[in-house]
Amino acid sequence: MTETIHDGYGTPTGIYGPVDDWATDLDHADPGYNPRAPEIWTELREAGCPIAHSDRYGGMWAPLTAELVREVAYDTERFTSHSVVVSTSRIETPRGIGGAPPITSDPPFHGLARRLLLPPFAPKQIEPWEPEVRKLCRQRLDDMGEIVPGETVVDAAEQYAQHIPVNVIARMLGLPVEDDDRFRGFVHDALEGVNRSPEERKQGFERMEQYLDEHIERHRVEPRDDLISYLLDVELDGQKLSHEHVRGSIVLLLIAGIDTTWSAIGSSIWHLATHADDRRRLAIEPELMPTAIEELLRAYAPVTMARMVAKDNDFHGCPMKEREWVLLPFPAANRDPELFEQADEVVLDRAENRHAAFGLGIHRCLGSNLARLEVRVAVEEFIGRFSDFELAGDVRWSVGQIRGPRELPVRIL
Amino acid sequence: MRVRVDADKCQGHNRCYALAPELFDVDDYGQAVVIGDGEVPPELEEKARLAVANCPEYAISLDETKD
Repeated sequence: MTETIHDGYGTPTGIYGPVDDWATDLDHADPGYNPRAPEIWTELREAGCPIAHSDRYGGMWAPLTAELVREVAYDTERFTSHSVVVSTSRIETPRGIGGAPPITSDPPFHGLARRLLLPPFAPKQIEPWEPEVRKLCRQRLDDMGEIVPGETVVDAAEQYAQHIPVNVIARMLGLPVEDDDRFRGFVHDALEGVNRSPEERKQGFERMEQYLDEHIERHRVEPRDDLISYLLDVELDGQKLSHEHVRGSIVLLLIAGIDTTWSAIGSSIWHLATHADDRRRLAIEPELMPTAIEELLRAYAPVTMARMVAKDNDFHGCPMKEREWVLLPFPAANRDPELFEQADEVVLDRAENRHAAFGLGIHRCLGSNLARLEVRVAVEEFIGRFSDFELAGDVRWSVGQIRGPRELPVRIL
Repeated sequence: MRVRVDADKCQGHNRCYALAPELFDVDDYGQAVVIGDGEVPPELEEKARLAVANCPEYAISLDETKD
């Protein structure tokens, strides 16, 4: 199937067929995976399979316990971040640096590239965005038009959740917010089109690069107070960043910040729409919100990262070969009963919560402070506006490494 | 009681600063630092334990020996 960015976001049909056995043929981009991923992890763990495998994508492993996920995340020698999105093609980019530094970089370059980007995303730089995020959420709620309680059905994913992160990151980068459809198209190409042909994937990336090159050039001519100008101005070891580095980091910020947060907001609203007791509890105990958001992030962590095997090695009895993929399902780690009591239940006031929704180790999500802010404010504003609501139809889940609802019909009560 | 942050383990998840801003601060890079000498007054002991139990990287520890 040939898709362009204008074709919408229907479920992509890949080159692989349906999955027979999740233990030996796991495919995270099979449309049947995300809707019931938590059950699949539990089934596999209980069947004594803590590391699933697949011959798809040229070979892929998937550790499913908190301890194993942590071990892979911390071991940057055996597992490289060179490619972090599993796909049919192997991208040839400079070793140790990759196409989107620092997420695709390994030590020692990783530390240098990351240090440049940490300050703009540090807590005290992100906090001032709260009023802006709140305004944006309210605008989206206003745009839903007249609401007739008991009748009106809104799509909380499409009409609400998806617009919030894309708007904020576009403003931070200095890209036109009205291009948001295009950004979602880029993200869709990169994250959901993973089992398309290498040629199609390449075309998708080229479209994005062409668009960004144009905007980088405009910023070069006319610097502004935004992240693109910051990247053009900043120095690493006394030198300006290469064009590829600047563009790669923009790709990272654009792609990593959109589907992920959209998914976390959507899953949180989905949970509340399907759990009346939690919905009511949050309405009467608003001070519980920060703790509740952490719990929703734990239970519905949207991001599964990936690594590539750097050299042949035996990992807990699994013969891993160089250039095979290793999925890093942080969402599965977050539901490991070894680490969490009542791991498969949402306990809104869970006080001890060492969840890994934002990853573990040196690649901890750079935008975690922004994501947390967006998720909390988006949920606060949604339940602040609609005192009660319920699921009103079928949910369509995303496909691939980012898990969240893409269609979420909710009836306002 | 004293809290400590292991700077090599801290990856800037910012959980401690969110849970116990009286005890932890963050630097310009978002890395956690203890405020002052890390001494925890009795009324903040519960918050200190929460900070420990919510650090995904196990970077925070408590020293409960009396000075």
